Amino acid sequence: MKVEQISIFIENKSGRLAEITRILGDAGINIRALSLADTSDFGILRLIVDDVETAKTVLKERGFTVSKTEVVAVEVPDRPGGLSSLLQTLDAGQINVEYMYAFVERCGGNAVIIFRFDETDKAIDSLKGSGFTILEGERLYSL
Amino acid sequence: MFFNDEFETMPRPALEALQLKRLQSVLERVYANVPFYRTSLDRAGIRPSEVTCLDDLQKLPFTTKQDMRDSYPYGLFAAPMDEIVRIHASSGTTGKPTVVGYTHKDIEIWSELMARSFVSAGAHKGDIIHNAYGYGLFTGGLGAHYGAERLGASVIPISGGNTKRQIMIMQDFGSTVLTCTPSYSLFMAEEARAEGVDFRNLKLRVGIFGAEPWSEAMRGEIEEKLNLAAIDIYGLSEIMGPGVAIECIEAKQGLHIWEDHFIPEIINPETGQRVAEGERGELVITTITKQGIPLIRYRTRDITSITYEPCVCGRSHARITRMSGRSDDMLIIRGVNVFPSQIEAILVGIEGVEPHYLLVVDRAENLDTLEVQVEVDERLFSDEVKVLQKLAKRIEKEIKDMLGVTCSAKLVEPKTIQRSEGKARRVIDNRKL
Repeated sequence: MKVEQISIFIENKSGRLAEITRILGDAGINIRALSLADTSDFGILRLIVDDVETAKTVLKERGFTVSKTEVVAVEVPDRPGGLSSLLQTLDAGQINVEYMYAFVERCGGNAVIIFRFDETDKAIDSLKGSGFTILEGERLYSL
Repeated sequence: MFFNDEFETMPRPALEALQLKRLQSVLERVYANVPFYRTSLDRAGIRPSEVTCLDDLQKLPFTTKQDMRDSYPYGLFAAPMDEIVRIHASSGTTGKPTVVGYTHKDIEIWSELMARSFVSAGAHKGDIIHNAYGYGLFTGGLGAHYGAERLGASVIPISGGNTKRQIMIMQDFGSTVLTCTPSYSLFMAEEARAEGVDFRNLKLRVGIFGAEPWSEAMRGEIEEKLNLAAIDIYGLSEIMGPGVAIECIEAKQGLHIWEDHFIPEIINPETGQRVAEGERGELVITTITKQGIPLIRYRTRDITSITYEPCVCGRSHARITRMSGRSDDMLIIRGVNVFPSQIEAILVGIEGVEPHYLLVVDRAENLDTLEVQVEVDERLFSDEVKVLQKLAKRIEKEIKDMLGVTCSAKLVEPKTIQRSEGKARRVIDNRKL
């Protein structure tokens, strides 16, 4: 039910994103989704890739600090209010979203949102109970 | 102009005779009262009574900051606690400060030497002394304060900070003498300009600047921007505090060290041997009149040279040149002594790991800045921004709490801090002094 995401620490200086994407590209790794959280000094790049272990290894070899995090991929109806209904469910269950970002590709008629929750299992149960579709990692990596 | 003609102009033969007498007396006292000195003199195989000329001083062992730390807090005191009337402290190489105690007589002598220093700088009774050195455990504020009172001047105990108020008071109270760190004086000048205050309209005549290294170029800038004569003063809490040595306004060439109370030596920091007159080396000071905590051959770690050439001002006391560096890795940041090892200890304490770090010291708008760069490895990394920001804030807070110096913590990628073979480079000092 959970999806593995890799997070990379980057300093706010030119060329860092280019460097990371080049390393992944050279290793034949495809980026499925990404989000960048940044402050004035540093940023955290979060990636969903098609080969988590290789991505982690090649980036670490090049001196980057990388960690794996479990996130949840949820299908959202691609229509007005689609995301809102999902967030209302979370709110009702008193589940905190640490961060979220949208997937770049659509899955059928639905959009995909990646979530990082403070209580991942509780969030999954709550969303499934409300009829939302949670995407499996394997399916996501190969979309 | 002198504060104490007899002692300040004492002919050298008489001055040296006085030094020897006082040296013998202080050696007898520390040998009798301080176990540390009894042991170290015994180990060196020399009795106080065997010191019969000033050159014999070279046979005595050194005292270091580490010795003071090992004796924390009162182990090196030579007077009983009921005679100690004041305690000051400065930062040590790790968490614990270096503690010094003063008897009533010590405070009296310190006050006189500071009063002498004020006169040497061109101040006199009737001056309004704006004392912006920090009051507290740091010796700067109270040292200058007591000297100003001893001189009979009016002292404004403004202490540091609140620059706008400082400028208002200097204007309204008619301050004629300013005492603070050289960098703070320039910061004040910038603030004054922003406030539309012209230093040429102020009554300031003399500025006495110390507690951090500065340069001739900086003197020129201060004198121009603050419209006063800028005088370099030297001191350290271990020896006394401010007023150990000061320039005279007549020559402004070297700082007269008050030799009737201190015996200076310049040594090669590697070999411990004395260097020739005029040659650079580490300043070593023996206090010959102190009661609370007399120190024998204290290694100041400050690099200077000495001259015994007569000075145009008429003082017979030797002159040391402006301090040009340190023989250890101590940094002076806004007048606060900081050792990289202290910061390392704080970083280790935060996450239980020893991170790679680099201290970058700079001077922005005339104030020292400290940036602590810490490499984010997997032990420190978090996927959440707020956790990393909290880490940076925590580093800043702990350093402020422990060392009293404001810094900004910057998280950097691994392997971005240069590693050299052997000793890691821990400090980049970009200040142009």
